[in-house]
Amino acid sequence: MEIKWLVRIWTRYWPMFIRGAGITLFISVIGTIIGFIIGLIVGVIRTIPISEKKGKRVLSKCINSLLTAYVEFFRGTPMIVQAMVIYYGSAVAFGIHLDRLAAAIFIVSINTGAYMAEVVRGGIISIDRGQFEAAQAIGMNHVQTMINVVLPQVIRNILPATGNEFVINIKDTSVLSVISVTELFFQTKSIAGNNFRYSEAFFITSIVYLIMTITITRILRVFERKLDGPANYDLLGNQMQVQKIENMLEEDSSLRKKA
Amino acid sequence: MEKVIDIQHLSKSFGTNEVLKDINFSVNKGEVVCIIGSSGSGKSTLLRCINLLEKPNGGKIIYNKENILDVGHNIYEHRTKLGMVFQQFNLFNNHNVLSNCTVGQVKVLGRSDKDAEKTAIKYLKVVGMEQYVNAKPGQLSGGQKQRVAIARALSMEPDVMLFDEPTSSLDPEMVGEVLKVMKELAESGLTMLVVTHEMGFAKEVADRVVFMDKGVIAEEGGPEQIFNNPKEERTKEFLKRILKEI
Repeated sequence: MEIKWLVRIWTRYWPMFIRGAGITLFISVIGTIIGFIIGLIVGVIRTIPISEKKGKRVLSKCINSLLTAYVEFFRGTPMIVQAMVIYYGSAVAFGIHLDRLAAAIFIVSINTGAYMAEVVRGGIISIDRGQFEAAQAIGMNHVQTMINVVLPQVIRNILPATGNEFVINIKDTSVLSVISVTELFFQTKSIAGNNFRYSEAFFITSIVYLIMTITITRILRVFERKLDGPANYDLLGNQMQVQKIENMLEEDSSLRKKA
Repeated sequence: MEKVIDIQHLSKSFGTNEVLKDINFSVNKGEVVCIIGSSGSGKSTLLRCINLLEKPNGGKIIYNKENILDVGHNIYEHRTKLGMVFQQFNLFNNHNVLSNCTVGQVKVLGRSDKDAEKTAIKYLKVVGMEQYVNAKPGQLSGGQKQRVAIARALSMEPDVMLFDEPTSSLDPEMVGEVLKVMKELAESGLTMLVVTHEMGFAKEVADRVVFMDKGVIAEEGGPEQIFNNPKEERTKEFLKRILKEI
């Protein structure tokens, strides 16, 4: 690896790197958000208590086995293979030519969804039963309980896992180069192909990936702290008393100084 | 006297374990009924059956002349008429004190935010927690949490309040503040059904005391009768055991 080539490649091709990084970020941000929503929905459906009515019970069993199949399939096969099957498969079998970017987002979303569904299910199970009971006791149904009480707590608890998934997505979008999505990895391959300086080009790319993942991690950490709210609370209508204590302390210290 | 809750031949089992056997009893409007008995006697299960947190296996629960166990009875609406206070407080961890008391009013009863807030403050004042509206449950002591839980239940303006061992998980020094609030509520004429181990409270506040043993109501009557002249041998034994501990 030579420094002068590093500099030359960057100064010459930086717009391509940035564009590739932009596409990578775009796919992983949208994919993670949609996947997160899919995961929430699937997780909530899978934790609905089993109904006593027979019709409903059969229906919920059917839906549950479908969802289980979805989770197992997308967790159990490599994303690179899914990309090939979905992109080329849809073209051969149905004659549909998917837009590459749309296909990329679709693949990342359902993949993330499958992982997040399990994370969400775990998050819901870990919430104390008392929270469900208290919500039910004031008359909330399953959906109201989930939206107002359980999911806000689940989301806070699974944010670290979501951050993990986000970072994995940023890196794993590189496999989408097999369906010629012009993300960072694909762009780097073209750049390197122009001058056969593979190590320099990919070294720059690794730095770009690193900047993206570290930034995202930091942003999520800030977001977490924001969700936790302030560490202290103010007493209402009690300022007078607080004032008094402070005054007392001040008086106390001034007295001590005099003494 | 008007019966608010009338329970007839109620039974409940968990698997093969029969927890409630042919329970018959009723609560009148404005009455304070305390249920006492040793652990595992079915007191809490009985209370939880009344707002259908547990589904009974047989019998009837007549609430304001309607059997709530009928198929198609709206259990969500039924639950809004009963306020429940749990042993473990169960405050919503993602809400602060104020919104713990408003979320049910807004989402379930459909009140406006402003009305809900006004009602919540009113009942937070009753339990003496109005200064803490901005605090999160994790920042409060046990006694404070339980008082907020009582305000949350009251904010729904229920007809009947159910208390499921409200002081059992509190430090001894915090029991008093919760019992004081409950006593004030009882004096205000609220219908209350209290499962408790606080014999002093039951003796002083209850209009009627129900003693449960092994899934049946062994004896019921005024506090004078139950605590001073129990008729049943089981009641005598239980009271002797409990009072010795104290």
